[in-house]
Amino acid sequence: MTRQEIFSSLNEVFRDVFDEEDLTVDETTTAADVEGWDSFAHVNLVLSVERRFNMKFTMVEVTDMKNVGAMVDILERRAAADK
Amino acid sequence: MSHDLLKIPFDPHKILAKRKSIKKQLLENLPSSFLEKRIALLGGSTTRDIMEILELFLLNYGIKPAFYESEYGQYWQDVMFDAPSLVSFAPDIAVVHTSNRNITRYPEPDDDSAKIDESLNAEAQKFRMFWDKLRSGYGCSIIQNNFEYPFYRLMGNKEASDIHGRVNFITRLNMKFYEYAQQCGNFYINDINYISSSYGLEQWADPFYWYMYKYSLCLPAIPLLAHNISNIVKSIYGKNKKVLTLDLDNTLWGGVVGDDGVNGIAVGQETSEGQAYREFQEYIKAHLKLGVLLTVNSKNDRENALSGLNHPDGALRPEDFAVIKANWEPKSLNIMETAAELSLLPESFVFADDNPAERAIVEDQAPGVAVPVMEKPERYIQTLDKFGFFEVTNLSQDDLRRGTMYKENAERATLMASFENYRDYLLSLEMKAEIRAFEPVYMSRIAQLTNKSNQFNLTTKRYTQGEIEAAAQDDRFVTLYGKLEDKFGDNGVVSVVIGRIDERVLHVELWLMSCRVLKRDMEYAMMDTLVKRCRSLKGVTGVTKILGYYYKSAKNAMVKDFYDRMEFTKQSEDTDGNAVWILDIDNYKTKNTVVEVID
Repeated sequence: MTRQEIFSSLNEVFRDVFDEEDLTVDETTTAADVEGWDSFAHVNLVLSVERRFNMKFTMVEVTDMKNVGAMVDILERRAAADK
Repeated sequence: MSHDLLKIPFDPHKILAKRKSIKKQLLENLPSSFLEKRIALLGGSTTRDIMEILELFLLNYGIKPAFYESEYGQYWQDVMFDAPSLVSFAPDIAVVHTSNRNITRYPEPDDDSAKIDESLNAEAQKFRMFWDKLRSGYGCSIIQNNFEYPFYRLMGNKEASDIHGRVNFITRLNMKFYEYAQQCGNFYINDINYISSSYGLEQWADPFYWYMYKYSLCLPAIPLLAHNISNIVKSIYGKNKKVLTLDLDNTLWGGVVGDDGVNGIAVGQETSEGQAYREFQEYIKAHLKLGVLLTVNSKNDRENALSGLNHPDGALRPEDFAVIKANWEPKSLNIMETAAELSLLPESFVFADDNPAERAIVEDQAPGVAVPVMEKPERYIQTLDKFGFFEVTNLSQDDLRRGTMYKENAERATLMASFENYRDYLLSLEMKAEIRAFEPVYMSRIAQLTNKSNQFNLTTKRYTQGEIEAAAQDDRFVTLYGKLEDKFGDNGVVSVVIGRIDERVLHVELWLMSCRVLKRDMEYAMMDTLVKRCRSLKGVTGVTKILGYYYKSAKNAMVKDFYDRMEFTKQSEDTDGNAVWILDIDNYKTKNTVVEVID
């Protein structure tokens, strides 16, 4: 899965979770950029991403994730490790 | 009506991910008769997602909640120290979401049994004080989690039986909770001990969610938890289903009785298939004792249907069914007719049928009827059971007798046919009514009626048991319950009236009657007694006029002209059809001539 493909899947997850049909996230998107992305929505987002990519984040990963790019880094590493 | 993503068996991940769009759709399709309830969600751990998902399941039942959410872990302090925002919120229901993470005194391995008992009592006492405070200070219903088992076992299996074990301690503490539930009305256990087992404790207690977000259960288990709570709430407010209407061939037995003959169908101990159907029949039959009505809805000749129901190895018998529709009519039509015969609404029905085509027709043509997907006979019981259609919150004597009552009604119908004059029929019933101010023994039945009656209900005002008890003790209220008995049997409490006195006028805030006693002149007997009671009031509570209110709902058209029949004068009516009626009690003429009244 390319980084671009990951972003495209991720956008679908974000659109579901924040119920906004034209929401698009990029490398530098942070919680401050998305309406409704508070700590509670984050819990739900993490679970939805895990489901979509069939993986589990570690606690440290969740805590240290600074922006969407960092989330994609993790997803990319996992995809590579699975090969 | 109900949302597809919330239908059992639901996918919890879809619910969690799409909650926002689900909520929008539910709000757009909310029935006009929805209830509004104030729910205080008092948590010993994080509750945000529980609140959001609970809201969906309640909306799905036609209940629109307003929430109070305690600050993280503040469930006990909020109540005991009267948090001002909680006091002003004035909840109808407190949902107490505690878990074994909230137990502070576990036994130590070197404690003696006296010390452990002390810890146990201290834990139980902490909660009892809290519940007592909720009951006396807020008068709300309480839904309280019991405790789930711990996610590890220090001593292994010994944890269960040894008093030092946490498993043992939690089991004993849960028993203390149940004692309180048995002694106090309006207090309901949310059995997370059972649902966490059913879900899988290993996943339920995934510590990731505790360390990360202080959730006492994993996020994907929240829809199950919320559904479980919503079932208790809808049951409290009378939104349980009342009737289970059943197909026969391949639903109550294996095979087709019309083709295979009674000896060819599978039910009984002979085969695996027969055993599955036999146990399902036993499960269905057990519902009778909870007051659930059973009816048959089958494409069959009546004779074949009856022969199948008389199979010697079956558990059900033809007389277990209040109505048997075995014909070749559309099943949706049969349900509509059955509903009319039982004076119930189609939304009180659950339709169980193995045939997807029949289920689709009923879903399409009989809106409001619940249609579970019945696929494998060996899973029928679980399929039905998980819905919580008949969730029991109050098991009144009345519920236990309901099946019998409908049979007595059938006998009355036969008798009625033998009279030419309706009044002669009524006289022949030898009716006796007890009409009195609310009495303690009937409080739970009265509260139940205020929440369940929709059709013969002038204002559709809902009351909690606490409010009913308060009105009974308040001089400014006139309360009446009516209990009707005749030569065929006792119908129990069937009518409830609450009036509030204000400056010599009695405002009738509630007037309802159970549809099981329609056209028996019971309402006239009630009005006679109400007027008599008003005339007897003296001094500051004296009453000269009665104001009756009709608030139009989706279901109460049958009482639109009620006050006209009672010879009230219409004072005003708005464009929605809500009307106010007035009666000068000096002008009232006694109306009942057929019911003997004891007051």
